[in-house]
Amino acid sequence: MSPLLEVNELQIAFGGVKAVNGLTFSADAGEIVSVIGPNGAGKTSAFNCITGFYKPVSGTVLVDGQDITGKRPAAIAATGVTRTFQNLRLFPDLTVLDNVRGGMHLYGGQNFVDALFHTPRYRKSEAYYTDEAHRWLDFVGYRGGRGIPVRNLAYGQQRQVEMARAMARKAKLVLLDEPGAGLNHSEKRELLQLCRKIRDLGAAVVLIEHDMSVVMEVSERVVVMNFGKEIADGTPDEVKKNPQVIEAYLGKADEPAADEAKDAAGRAENPDGGKL
Amino acid sequence: MSENVDTSRAPRRIGKPASRFSRLFESKQLGWGAFVVAIVFPFILATPYAMNIGTTAVIFILLASGLNIVVGYCGLLDLGYIAFMAVGAYTSGIVSKAWDLPILFTIPAVLVMCILAGLIIGGPTLRLRSDYLAIVTLGFGEIIRLTANNLSITGGPSGIYGIPGIELFGLKLSDSVPFYYFCVVVVSLLVLGSARLGKSRLGRAWRFVREDEDAAEAMGIHTYKVKLAAYIFGAMWGGLGGMLFAAHLSAISPQSFVFLQSALVLMAVVLGGMGNTRGVVVGAVAISLLPEFLRDMGNLRYVIFGVVLVAVMVLRPQGFWPSRAFEVERTDGESENADPGPGDSVSPAKGGTL
Repeated sequence: MSPLLEVNELQIAFGGVKAVNGLTFSADAGEIVSVIGPNGAGKTSAFNCITGFYKPVSGTVLVDGQDITGKRPAAIAATGVTRTFQNLRLFPDLTVLDNVRGGMHLYGGQNFVDALFHTPRYRKSEAYYTDEAHRWLDFVGYRGGRGIPVRNLAYGQQRQVEMARAMARKAKLVLLDEPGAGLNHSEKRELLQLCRKIRDLGAAVVLIEHDMSVVMEVSERVVVMNFGKEIADGTPDEVKKNPQVIEAYLGKADEPAADEAKDAAGRAENPDGGKL
Repeated sequence: MSENVDTSRAPRRIGKPASRFSRLFESKQLGWGAFVVAIVFPFILATPYAMNIGTTAVIFILLASGLNIVVGYCGLLDLGYIAFMAVGAYTSGIVSKAWDLPILFTIPAVLVMCILAGLIIGGPTLRLRSDYLAIVTLGFGEIIRLTANNLSITGGPSGIYGIPGIELFGLKLSDSVPFYYFCVVVVSLLVLGSARLGKSRLGRAWRFVREDEDAAEAMGIHTYKVKLAAYIFGAMWGGLGGMLFAAHLSAISPQSFVFLQSALVLMAVVLGGMGNTRGVVVGAVAISLLPEFLRDMGNLRYVIFGVVLVAVMVLRPQGFWPSRAFEVERTDGESENADPGPGDSVSPAKGGTL
């Protein structure tokens, strides 16, 4: 079986700076792959390239065997790719439900004639959109108000809404750009659960994450990037032992162990995944 | 932000409109109320002057609701909107004079020309963002006017006159009161149409583009096509406004389509509340009637008009009646339980500990 996402020798340059320089990695359906690396390693640039926001200089991106290199983001989304953004990119003045409906644009089900005359098709599809929006908000465990503008929400809730919007796209490939940034410990535990739930739906989850405890716990595979290129690719344990990774990213040799210890402590405190 | 004050005062009742007052303003019957007011108006005051002002105001509402699609829903600042009205007015004038057609028979031609104009103006410009787009639309607005001023088919600076009035099933509607009613009915339907478009999948896509173009694109919305659709709908509404305008005045000239007119329509949209059809209707009525109420002031009236506009924008920058992001939710029990209905393939039961 060919992998769901295949990135081959991807290169992106901004002027003379090669942000991504020959990145190669893949992700299978039903797998959580973490992309880690020091700041400026080109992780977000690679994501932007996979989702079409940047045009690569060379290299290919295949999703489900389909070449999507250099297509516009909407076309790539239509092939079954969804993403979240490093800094939240919600529709701040719209309601929570409308934000989630944003992920459903490609469901179709109505055209402007239906909208003008409020045909049964329009009513049916609007009802379906609303049901789905509630379902995905439930899925991510969102508990706040749903008819209120998303700008009024707390940061953690906004993250959840963004996740719900991305999931509402019903994509085969889910790219999460630092989904844990700015979340507290219990929110991160929820995030881990959510990542697993997404994987269990059969999607490939690729996430960028800085928190090593999150990465090591949730991922099946870890891709370590430095200077725009992958320097290691393997299970968390393999990567932890890789001397290149230790040198480039973790710095000190004893840090992973410390992280692991912290992680174990966290588990002991919250045995059932961080319920407060 | 006063529309938010009510909700914050009653935080525990999130999910319900906050007060009776605001519920009144969200009421669905309000459109009918406005319609009835418009219908009753000639019974109170039916002088030719009042009918003239009323008809102009109604046409102005149509223009504002059309521009609201472009500016309010989609967030594309269009400073040359009146160009579409000019295209509609000239198309209906030229076609009806050349083939001696009743003016209503020119509607297909008006729509086709407006769609073309929307494509020609929107096609190259919608790749631009915000400020650049505004400048280019300003230029296109002037280009249309200058073209009309210099072509012989458009009658040059003197324009086209003797455009026939509206005739429907042998009924002549060119008298002031019947024509007013005709305009009220047509404009009501079109305003309703623009409001409905705003609440559809396409309308949401417009708002997504307005709020965050990149995020919209990442969710599979082809932002260019969606923006072009907004432009074309705006153009059609404007063109039909132009047709009514031509039928109303029976003469059109390039002086009717100067930049000031674009600015006034835009002002109606901004003043009323961008993105909210009701607000835009209120804004359009205010912008078209206020100078008439101030007519006694002589030359001072435009000064006062300007001061009033500035005052409104300072005191209420979001407009009289801004669009308010609010939706009635499901009942509390349903949304709190996180318990989806049967047949749910991705049951969050596993995440019950979350």
